[in-house]
Amino acid sequence: MRQMLKEIGYDTIDAMFSDIPQTIRSKAEIVIPQKSPECEVRQHVQGLLSKNVSTCDMVSFLGAGIWPHYVPAVVDAIVSRGEFLTSYTPYQAEVSQGMLQAMFEYQSLICELTGMEVANSSMYDWSTALGEAARVAVRVTGRDQFIVPHYIHPERFSALKVFCEPVDVEVTEIAQERRTGAIDLADLRKKVSDRTAGVYLEYPSFLGFVEQNGEEIGKLVHNAGGLFVVGCEPISLGILKPPGHFGADIVVGEGQPLGSHMNFGGPLLGIFASKGDALLRQMPGRIIGRTTTQDGKRNAYCMALQTREQHIRREKATSNICTNEALLAVAASAYLSLLGPRGLADLCSIILHRTDYAIHSLQNIRGIRAPGFDAFHFMEFTVNFDGTGKKVSEVNDELLRAGIQGGLDVSRFFPELGQTALYCFTEVHARKDIEMLADRFRKILGA
Amino acid sequence: MRKLEFAQARWKEPLIIELSEQGKVGFHGFPTAENRENILSCVPQQVRRESPPALPEVSEVEVMRHYTRLSQQNYGVDLGIYPLGSCTMKYNPKICDVVAASHKIQELHPYQDVSTVQGILQILYEASEFLAEIVGMDKITLQPAAGAHGEYTGVMLMRAYHHDNNDFERDEIIIPDSAHGTNPASAGTAGYKVVEVPSGADGCVDREALKSAVGRKTAGFMITNPNTLGIFEREILEMAGIVHDAGGLLYYDGANLNAILSKAKPGDMGFDIVHINLHKTFATPHGGGGPGAGPVGVTRGLTEYLPVPTVEFNGTKYYLDYNRPKSIGKVRAFFGSSAIVLRAYAYILLLGKEGLETVSTVAVLNSNYMAQKLRKIRGFSLPLGEGVPRKHEFVLSASNLAKETGVSALGVAKRLLDFGFHPPTIYFPLNVEEAMMVEPTETVSKLELDAMIDAFGKISEEAYANSDVIKTSPHATTVTRIDEAKASRPKTLQLTWQMKRS
Repeated sequence: MRQMLKEIGYDTIDAMFSDIPQTIRSKAEIVIPQKSPECEVRQHVQGLLSKNVSTCDMVSFLGAGIWPHYVPAVVDAIVSRGEFLTSYTPYQAEVSQGMLQAMFEYQSLICELTGMEVANSSMYDWSTALGEAARVAVRVTGRDQFIVPHYIHPERFSALKVFCEPVDVEVTEIAQERRTGAIDLADLRKKVSDRTAGVYLEYPSFLGFVEQNGEEIGKLVHNAGGLFVVGCEPISLGILKPPGHFGADIVVGEGQPLGSHMNFGGPLLGIFASKGDALLRQMPGRIIGRTTTQDGKRNAYCMALQTREQHIRREKATSNICTNEALLAVAASAYLSLLGPRGLADLCSIILHRTDYAIHSLQNIRGIRAPGFDAFHFMEFTVNFDGTGKKVSEVNDELLRAGIQGGLDVSRFFPELGQTALYCFTEVHARKDIEMLADRFRKILGA
Repeated sequence: MRKLEFAQARWKEPLIIELSEQGKVGFHGFPTAENRENILSCVPQQVRRESPPALPEVSEVEVMRHYTRLSQQNYGVDLGIYPLGSCTMKYNPKICDVVAASHKIQELHPYQDVSTVQGILQILYEASEFLAEIVGMDKITLQPAAGAHGEYTGVMLMRAYHHDNNDFERDEIIIPDSAHGTNPASAGTAGYKVVEVPSGADGCVDREALKSAVGRKTAGFMITNPNTLGIFEREILEMAGIVHDAGGLLYYDGANLNAILSKAKPGDMGFDIVHINLHKTFATPHGGGGPGAGPVGVTRGLTEYLPVPTVEFNGTKYYLDYNRPKSIGKVRAFFGSSAIVLRAYAYILLLGKEGLETVSTVAVLNSNYMAQKLRKIRGFSLPLGEGVPRKHEFVLSASNLAKETGVSALGVAKRLLDFGFHPPTIYFPLNVEEAMMVEPTETVSKLELDAMIDAFGKISEEAYANSDVIKTSPHATTVTRIDEAKASRPKTLQLTWQMKRS
């Protein structure tokens, strides 16, 4: 250090900080613990983590925006490779072809799954992808209203409002039929107008039922001159008609189920895909394109359409996003490649089997109504406890004492549903887990 | 000196879809459902997918090899110096990844009963406390997913503060011309008009210009300090006074925090809101573009506007506080990128108080060392702020080289790849011609610095002797110079493998 200082003509390290005003420097000491050796850090952090009860330690039926899935070991191995893990945004394309090609593949796979034409290389999560989609709809149409379903994920709704409020975009709700959860088309007809920038549908819905009238909703929106935005859980698209096939202009969604862990809420993977030339130039985020070397001899990949982005357009950019979720996009690509069409359909069938088995196991328990909606459900459905005289919170407390994490209490978001919880069933739930849940319900409810 | 020879892997790896063979399935690890066909036929016809998605059909080992080969065609910090300015590409200690690989974090659902997540809540709480102390703020939200997301959150906090004070007139945010592109983009996205203030010959914000820019329309001032030239804005206290006197708030862009750990706290410089890039200063791996995390700290007067929930501790239990009526709401679903915060927490414990101070000391030493050596190489100069020490980064100009030899900053960058070095950020900031923004970080040795300085020297010699080798560079990378313009041209645009290239 001393030699380096001498070589560049400084006497002390302090001299390089001499331009910081003394009043600031004098207070700068950080009061945090002294350094710890690596072995102690591991012990300490693992000690704290050991206080957590993970979904490997207990059976959990939570989904609601982040879903428990098995992550194949290969996926973790791939995203742990230092060359991917410790690289930056691929500004220097020639030395970053690996990541760029992986992103190009991700975009292609997402388009295949969603039935769309272009996908970006990731957003932060579903909620922020939705917020960006609303803003795209507003820019493209020049209108100032965005319509969402009543049973939207409440956290997505809150994040959407943070995107819409500062630019005076009004977020309006459409009613959903109390019995089936279907979008109330009469209400939608009433609400769409020449102010409507876009209409948003969740598919499957936050509460697990699957909207059947997607096509009609899309037509209604298009007739009114707005954009049709569909939010999806991607695994379901292994068997569900992709939104691109029923008129979606923009598809958003949460890519976490595609090979990423729940990680107590993040990082997550925001899916954003669109159709049509008009939308392409309005897309937020990085998009990777295929090109060639200058000598034309080889295919190569690089960032495309960068003139939309913040580092070029500054305050006129389509979005402020810079850092995204590239590594989770690599995980999603590896995951979808491992499963392929056959594996994805197999996974969907096991999820449907578990969902169906759970419905049958729970619906005959006295006082319980499951599912709360008369509809086709994928992976999740509501369980209503009004007939049992117990609150969801009481039931969940008793489940927890038996080592079971119950479903999410949604009665605080949608009071009209009464005492209702949202339960999630995937391939990680064995039949015996579902039977155990049913048995425990009977004990708790005295049914 | 050890001579590095570089040749990047060239697998000519096909697209994964081109490896596809009908009938192959790469993963067999899920349980199988009895009556598979029956179950699938129960999907109502109206919503049933007509034909399966054309995903690749490849074996497990083919997937592993495909991505391993791709990874070999990608440069990361684990391979060598990565001195992108303002990106702080430092080495990421592996222990931080090891502790994050536990099912006790990976398989934790954010809606679990708080009694089952006390460990992670304690980590998030303590990480917040550390971060607040490091930047001199009173309270932190861990919710933002990245730096730009933190900026947006910060601008929304400014807005909430002014509105809560019944002040709806403020619709401008002042930003220096040298600011990161995300600053104006974040302000613009949040609906604010951006007022740009120029920097002077000393590389710092022109105080007089700031004075005439502020007024009753000023919502706030966004600035990074040290600035993107790597120069400390020594008049920051005066500037804070100007902005505060006009009723505005000060936002600190934390992209350059690595320069000032234990040397200067944004809170003591007069800032009200600060974002911190955990994937920069706190060494969490950047993953080829993300994930990152951009926690935001605020001073006492702004805490009530922070996103919900906040992580709190009542003396016995950690809990999530949703009862914050003046909160701006949520800036994303759930609580933030917990697995990234966990890594940063481990990093802070590992380095501790003195370790963090050393980070800035060495980062600044490396930067000044390199700046002084590179400016002496023919064709390069260190414009603006003559005689002022740089902090963690500096901006070199290749404008003389470009004028005298026709080799631009881009050419230098591409040629550096042949020597096995990732080049600096180029053509930023905008107030320097042929800019090369270099941030070596503290985790490179003098040997590496000297080797890279040496490479700059060789490139200069090549430029003045015969620049062909530069103009046709890079040669040692997976592919040679890419036609980037073609990637965006409507006629040749190809953004997926399904898209036909005309």
